[in-house]
Amino acid sequence: MSGNLKTNGNGNGNGLRSDYAVIAAWVGEGARVLDLGCGDGTLLRHLRDHKRAFGYGIEIDDDSVLAALSNGNNVIQSNLEEGLAVFGDASFDCVVLSRTLQAMHHIEKIMREMVRVGGEAIVTFPNFGYEPNREQVAAGRMPVSKILPHNWYDTPNIHLCTMLDFEDLCAKLELAVLDRVAMTDGRRIDEEPNLNGELAIYRVKRGERLGKSA
Amino acid sequence: MSPQVARFDTPFVFKSGKAIPGYELMYETYGTLNAAKSNAVLVCHALNASHHVAGTYGGDPESAGWWDNMVGPAKPLDTTRFFVVGVNNLGGCFGSSGPRHINPATGKPYGADFPVVTVEDWVNAQAALADYLGIEKFAAVMGGSLGAMQALQWTIAYPRRLAAALVIASTPKLSAQNIAFNEVARQAIITDPDFHGGHFYEHDVVPARGLRVARMIGHITYLSDDVMAERFGRELRDGMQFGYGTEFQIESYLRHQGEKFSGYFDANTYLLITKALDYFDPAASHGGNLARALETAKGVKFLVVSFTTDWRFSPARSREIVAALTANRTEVSYAEIDAPHGHDEFLLEDPRYFALVRAYYGRIAAEVGA
Repeated sequence: MSGNLKTNGNGNGNGLRSDYAVIAAWVGEGARVLDLGCGDGTLLRHLRDHKRAFGYGIEIDDDSVLAALSNGNNVIQSNLEEGLAVFGDASFDCVVLSRTLQAMHHIEKIMREMVRVGGEAIVTFPNFGYEPNREQVAAGRMPVSKILPHNWYDTPNIHLCTMLDFEDLCAKLELAVLDRVAMTDGRRIDEEPNLNGELAIYRVKRGERLGKSA
Repeated sequence: MSPQVARFDTPFVFKSGKAIPGYELMYETYGTLNAAKSNAVLVCHALNASHHVAGTYGGDPESAGWWDNMVGPAKPLDTTRFFVVGVNNLGGCFGSSGPRHINPATGKPYGADFPVVTVEDWVNAQAALADYLGIEKFAAVMGGSLGAMQALQWTIAYPRRLAAALVIASTPKLSAQNIAFNEVARQAIITDPDFHGGHFYEHDVVPARGLRVARMIGHITYLSDDVMAERFGRELRDGMQFGYGTEFQIESYLRHQGEKFSGYFDANTYLLITKALDYFDPAASHGGNLARALETAKGVKFLVVSFTTDWRFSPARSREIVAALTANRTEVSYAEIDAPHGHDEFLLEDPRYFALVRAYYGRIAAEVGA
């Protein structure tokens, strides 16, 4: 499900996808990490090599499981839609869901599961509010772009949202947004991110006073 | 390549408390132990197999080892890199000390008096063989089904003596349903008039009817419903005969398997092995907590593989193992292979399964310098 999406990413010149660099900066030294939809395990390997992170990747796709394993990672073949029952509460410092949320059916379930098994969750997704997307919709068409390369009829992306939409969901799920970065072509966007950013990267955790519900 | 015998003149004390004064283990090896002795892999057999894991005797293809598709030169477990050891377990009927051997106390075959063996006993005997072969630490211990239980037991009993465990189509313990199937098989053997309370050797008979039925029951649990439907369906060999001959193709298949098996397998060994299966439950001595049972195994790396159509030891059972390992932050990868053949799939050549095992051994080879 996610493995193929990850290959659509932008490199940042040194071979690592630009959103991975942001994610890596948010992951602490020696952190316990769970990467949901880990693809070929590039991020996990980077976190292990540069942050001494210990972690597992979750993948459903056979070829990606093989690639992630061959890459030296711990990978567990599992369907994210079914939740993360194999992991106990607070098993990880950080749970990553990178460019996969928009292709999932059960968005609220996976978000709740992420903050159940992890202290923090990092979620990245293509920002539907990005201006060129809006322009294509205004011109009467579903957007097709580098980050959203599929046609409406063959896209795996069934739950697209804008940054504002995502923040509404975080509020509903009682998640506190700790950090937020928007990127376009591998560069950080600080001005009007929901209009100028094609990729959104969020770091969230359960709201302190509301921790009971998730 | 030919089987060899390791002779131990020290008593072996079983988990039950019973002991035998000495014992022999039949084993085979493939490949070459490197100078650092770091490239040894132990392959553990399941119910009906033996020390003869790979290769043929004198080039006869009929004599190919039971995991010959997996183990050999350029195979997923590559014997040009690894030194592979196969061993017939204690209580077996392929040369290692077992019910057919002479009980020194009576001068007659042990028969039913051979002590009941457990997975723990087997692994202790395998460790003695490792000492005998000068192997301090295995690069990996690997098995499928009951063989995988032995790999798991190695990580619990001797965690510093293996770098990796490959646990395929397994379970941390049998379910009541699994035990029920074993019990029906045992009753088939025990109630065969030719069983003679397990001392049939002296009557010069074998409880072949019981063994046949036991094997037929086993085979039902090894195959998936779908593959049985596809291979045999409701096909009749010669129309309806309105009798109890061999009519449906599935009947023919099961009878053939039972017939073949009863010709080479020992009834007492069958009973012992099903008992070892039933008793295996490493979490039991830790209040049912498998993670605690596997705490000693933290330094071992695991590959766990299950098959979606395996209803004998379903993927859910393998996920219990994975959950315990991840709770302990143990290095583990897990694959759930979507394949049609049921429990038997672990012996078949599925390209995804074989590619994973090959890749995993590639990693092990890099780590241990194989």
